[in-house]
Amino acid sequence: MPKVPIWDLPDVPKGELPPHLELQRTRVLCNLDAPTHTENIQYSGAYASMGVDNSLRLDHFRKNFKVEVIRLTEDDMEFDLIGIDASLANAFRRILISEIPTMAIEKVLIANNTSVVQDEVLSHRLGLIPIKVDPRLFDYMSENDVPNEKNTIVFKLHIRCERGGPRLTVKSDELKWLPNGSEFLLATENSTSNSTLKPKTYTSFRCSQDSLQEFSNNPIAPKHPDIIISKLGPGQEIELEAHAVKGMGKTHAKWSPVATAWYRMLPEVVLLQEVKDEKAVELEKKCRVKVFDIEDVGNGKTRATVARPRACTLCRECIQEEGWDKYVALRRVKDHFIFTIESTGALPPEVLFTEAVKILEDKCEHLITELS
Amino acid sequence: MEHGSFQDQTASTFSLADEDHTLANSVRFTLNQDPRVTFCGYSIPHPADARVNIRVQTTGDPASEVLKDACQDLMLVCQHVRSTFDQAVADFKKAQALATMDTDD
Repeated sequence: MPKVPIWDLPDVPKGELPPHLELQRTRVLCNLDAPTHTENIQYSGAYASMGVDNSLRLDHFRKNFKVEVIRLTEDDMEFDLIGIDASLANAFRRILISEIPTMAIEKVLIANNTSVVQDEVLSHRLGLIPIKVDPRLFDYMSENDVPNEKNTIVFKLHIRCERGGPRLTVKSDELKWLPNGSEFLLATENSTSNSTLKPKTYTSFRCSQDSLQEFSNNPIAPKHPDIIISKLGPGQEIELEAHAVKGMGKTHAKWSPVATAWYRMLPEVVLLQEVKDEKAVELEKKCRVKVFDIEDVGNGKTRATVARPRACTLCRECIQEEGWDKYVALRRVKDHFIFTIESTGALPPEVLFTEAVKILEDKCEHLITELS
Repeated sequence: MEHGSFQDQTASTFSLADEDHTLANSVRFTLNQDPRVTFCGYSIPHPADARVNIRVQTTGDPASEVLKDACQDLMLVCQHVRSTFDQAVADFKKAQALATMDTDD
């Protein structure tokens, strides 16, 4: 028998994994009792004994990575990230929720509040109102900063329910933007009225935010005009000023730019053998989200097909009954993420995602400079 | 901040302030895919402190260099993700604009 190198033997794979290992590497198997092979094999030498290099090849990533936009509206988007690891998808999700800055009401100066909503509850409610303004145009306010036109947005709310009239509902459109800053005067010790000086208020704006070109055409206001802040009975009144500053979601969720951001792995439904006639009808009926369709194959015969695997919730109802796991396999694709972003309105969702990626880049850059 | 021995630079623990799973898990992912790395992992010593410890052991190169390369890799990956995403969004918007134009006619 002639000598044949081991790599040329037919049963030795060349540069690729045997099918069962490839399946375990790329899919989560959703069995009846529990999901298996949920881990991601990351170690570069994991398959070294089989001649497979598992290290990160950037050109390989560049070739395989894909983004498909499914839905994109003003403040909601869904897209597929294909060919990326869960650790990165999760990093983007975490940054979206807690590390992209927005503007939110942080300080409330209450002059009068005779409504049934207590001051602290009212302030909390005001804080949660999303404000439609690009936070990139503002600076953070640190501890020793004075509030100025670059770090503070001031809103006024003054509403009164007249005696004898009907009760009033105070909505977020009552929050009026004050481009010149606070109108409340600071109490000073020597009230020798120096008429030449501008009276001191709680903010020190050098110019009106109105005059800045970013805001002259689109005034700052809450994103939604119809958020109920409080209700007033006859004779009750609220007079306050709300100061919004820049912050991040990890400090308080009111600064989170997303209502929520989440991803799920793409479900994969595979028919292991043909499902015919009555069994096909039975299978189609089992699925609540209509993953399966019935197809005519002629001669009055029918068979089941997987028509909408994306809709699958992996409820596993279709394999619940004895013997059905021989017909249907439910899996998840490990490197295909269906990503959804719901923006609160400060920035459009596509901008939020690019900002999130930029923040992760900045973190890396920061770490590199710290190391060198 | 790096904790390691002066004689043996192939194994070090890096303690990063003001970071969490977001960066640590991503860096661990890129580090693990580097063939020069024999071991890498991270931990958060206490949930109340904003700090992570990243452990890197290599086959011979200085651990800090390998970590730097991993960050570089991660940055390149991010840049590629960003450009691909922007392209996909632009394509989608163009297709949508075309579709609305068709229905207007």
